[in-house]
Amino acid sequence: MSVAGASAGSPLLAVRNLTKLFGTFAACNGIDLDIRPGEIHALLGENGAGKSTLVKMLFGVLAPTAGEILWLGAPVSIASPGAARRLGIGMVFQHFSLFEALTVAENIALSLPPGISLARVAEEAARLSHAYGLPLDPKAHVADLSVGERQRIEIVRALLQDPQLIILDEPTSVLTPQEADRLFETLAKLKGEGRSVLYISHRLEEVQRICDRATVLRHGKVTGACDPRQETPASLARMMVGSDVAAVSAEGTNTKGEVLLEARDLDVAARTPFAVSLKNVSLKVHGGEVLAIAGVAGNGQGELFDALSGEYPVSKGEAVLIRSRPVGSLGITARRLMGAGFVPEERHGHAAVPAMSLSDNLVLARSQSDRRAFLGGGVLGIIKSAAVHMAAKRISAAMDVRKSGEDPPAGSLSGGNLQKFIVGRELDRQPAVLIVNQPTWGVDAGAASRIRQALVDLARSGSAVLVISQDLDEIFEVATEIAVISEGRLSDAYPARALTREKIGLLMGGMHGERVPEAAHAH
Amino acid sequence: MGIVEAILLTVITAATPLVLAALGELVTERAGVLNLGVEGMMIMGAVLAFAATHATGSPYLGILAGIGGGALFSLLFGFLTLTLVANQVATGLALTILGLGISGQIGEAYVGMSGTKLPQIAIPLLSDIPFVGPLLFRQDLIFYLSIALVIGVNWFLFKSRTGLKIRAIGDNHASAHALGIGVIRIRYLAVMFGGACAGLAGAQLSLVYTPQWVENMSAGRGWIALALVVFASWRPWRVLAGGYLFGAVSISQLHAQALGLGIPSQFLSALPYAATVVVLVLISHNRRTTLINTPASLGKPFVPDR
Repeated sequence: MSVAGASAGSPLLAVRNLTKLFGTFAACNGIDLDIRPGEIHALLGENGAGKSTLVKMLFGVLAPTAGEILWLGAPVSIASPGAARRLGIGMVFQHFSLFEALTVAENIALSLPPGISLARVAEEAARLSHAYGLPLDPKAHVADLSVGERQRIEIVRALLQDPQLIILDEPTSVLTPQEADRLFETLAKLKGEGRSVLYISHRLEEVQRICDRATVLRHGKVTGACDPRQETPASLARMMVGSDVAAVSAEGTNTKGEVLLEARDLDVAARTPFAVSLKNVSLKVHGGEVLAIAGVAGNGQGELFDALSGEYPVSKGEAVLIRSRPVGSLGITARRLMGAGFVPEERHGHAAVPAMSLSDNLVLARSQSDRRAFLGGGVLGIIKSAAVHMAAKRISAAMDVRKSGEDPPAGSLSGGNLQKFIVGRELDRQPAVLIVNQPTWGVDAGAASRIRQALVDLARSGSAVLVISQDLDEIFEVATEIAVISEGRLSDAYPARALTREKIGLLMGGMHGERVPEAAHAH
Repeated sequence: MGIVEAILLTVITAATPLVLAALGELVTERAGVLNLGVEGMMIMGAVLAFAATHATGSPYLGILAGIGGGALFSLLFGFLTLTLVANQVATGLALTILGLGISGQIGEAYVGMSGTKLPQIAIPLLSDIPFVGPLLFRQDLIFYLSIALVIGVNWFLFKSRTGLKIRAIGDNHASAHALGIGVIRIRYLAVMFGGACAGLAGAQLSLVYTPQWVENMSAGRGWIALALVVFASWRPWRVLAGGYLFGAVSISQLHAQALGLGIPSQFLSALPYAATVVVLVLISHNRRTTLINTPASLGKPFVPDR
């Protein structure tokens, strides 16, 4: 596909009044957008602003309800991803559309036109990956690769089609700062070749650094089109959120108490072939401290949370201590009874049962730790609905949970509001130790700031808080101490003030280094 | 013909329907569909093969009827689970019960009739090899087909593009859909292949194993085939090995019972199941390869969000 038909300045792709309705809900509402040849165009917006819906329509995964898409000035109907590829549009998904059980070459071959042998795909993939600085081993199984390597497959897969427009959906959310830098070099190379990039993100610094123009979405509508370099992060954030976001206040002093949570040489073998094993993890959290554990996804965060919370107890009791008592071999309820609280990463199906009401979810989590308050009738354990409803109401008010109705099913709440309820459910007990995995993943800025403030306040009241997060902004907002997890090993903890992003990035990647495919998989 | 040859021949006859039915189910499951109706499709194949042979006098038309009957019957499962998105487990169980019932109804007229045995085809030269020749190269068409299908399915799944698509759908149907692969269409074809293979396995029962119609003559073989697929970690050669192992142990235990060794017969009857499970578990000890071969979206319903 050639861009010769497009004169300089006229758009490669134009979107006019594009609308997508899900029932009566408008995920995208009258969107206008122009992408010029050879530019990196940012699509900015909060979670739920309609960015993903918009690009799914551009890539033929969703069908628009109304409006039109123009490619090189001519109206087109993009009925399928195949049609999008034939036009010259390539896409790198946020949640990778890769097949874990297949090899790199097989994954790539699936998106190519038929009639190309696997051997040729492997050769071509190896050539392209080197040309753009994205080393890959075609014979490796995807299940064995890091998230950064998986993203390279997606990019190489898109590049093999020789696209004029490449859409990247939140590409850096899973990368170390160093990996992100390499991605930006690749994008600059693509731009130099005259290709256009549609770059979806909610990270303002990145957008200001690499993008030529930006379109901002909020609630499915375009709220701004600008040159991001002319804007300040604050003005961009205003366009995204619609109001100023409250900054987390870290004022006041934390008094450092005694050690409330401790891990000593915690070793956990990998439960599945794709899981990470924890090696010699030691940590201490004093009362009044927030220890944040940074790290790229899939480096043992889930396993660490499971071991500390007791979801999967370990055999050595002394490996985990809560308030100086060994709890390693005890389950979640026993640890809760000692004054600990836990918030797992997955909201739906893990922290909450989506089909059940908020009050039922409250009873499920706290029926043992708050037995006297919530259950009556002795051994019968009859639920005291009035007490439970009151507690649910108290939590909703304390955390500003916005919901439809008095006691709706958990699944009907938006991600941010449900997360506020789940965090509030633990905070309501005033736990001495709180362990949170990914507290604000996929949560809008307002709710995120509310949750972070609550974590900081809890620590200030004397509790020990452990936060596992991949979001460096979040970590710097809440943490008093920071440690980095990488391939199941935990670094020493450093005072947050003594660390910079670069230092954390080095700890994330530097401990295990870049994998060299040729050496790692000698066939 | 010596006693060893005679025993080995019966082993082959006992193993062939298991291998065929399991191979079909393997392809279905590789595409992410769990069809528990193997037993029902098998018995439908058996009764239709017998009826068609009886009506036309040609066991080859009987084979076609068995294959076609199994495939058509699986189409019912496909329509319910893929188009109407019914629960796969419940629908599969219903298919088995339905198949056993309908086949009994159709077969009522044929009970006690003598059937036509599928003729053996001697392959020139090869069939003259001592010992091996009569065993492997003087066999019926269905045996040859079963071996060809194992080789063919193994090649098809791991070397062909359509096979790659099937594995991709079985691993992650949402991603496959996003890539523009026709998930539902390929699943229909995989389900029908499974039905055709089960029907062929049924035809073997009523045309080769015992050339007559007996109600419930599949006698649980469909369930064994289902178990073989899992224990073989969804790999065709292991299905072949597992099928023959099961056949060998079940024939040997019959002979052992006949010899009267004083071992309780219940224990001997259980032996084939135990032996197959133990051996296949042992060869599947590598959990990583097992996981890589397990279709991750097995049994999960797929509704495209369009």
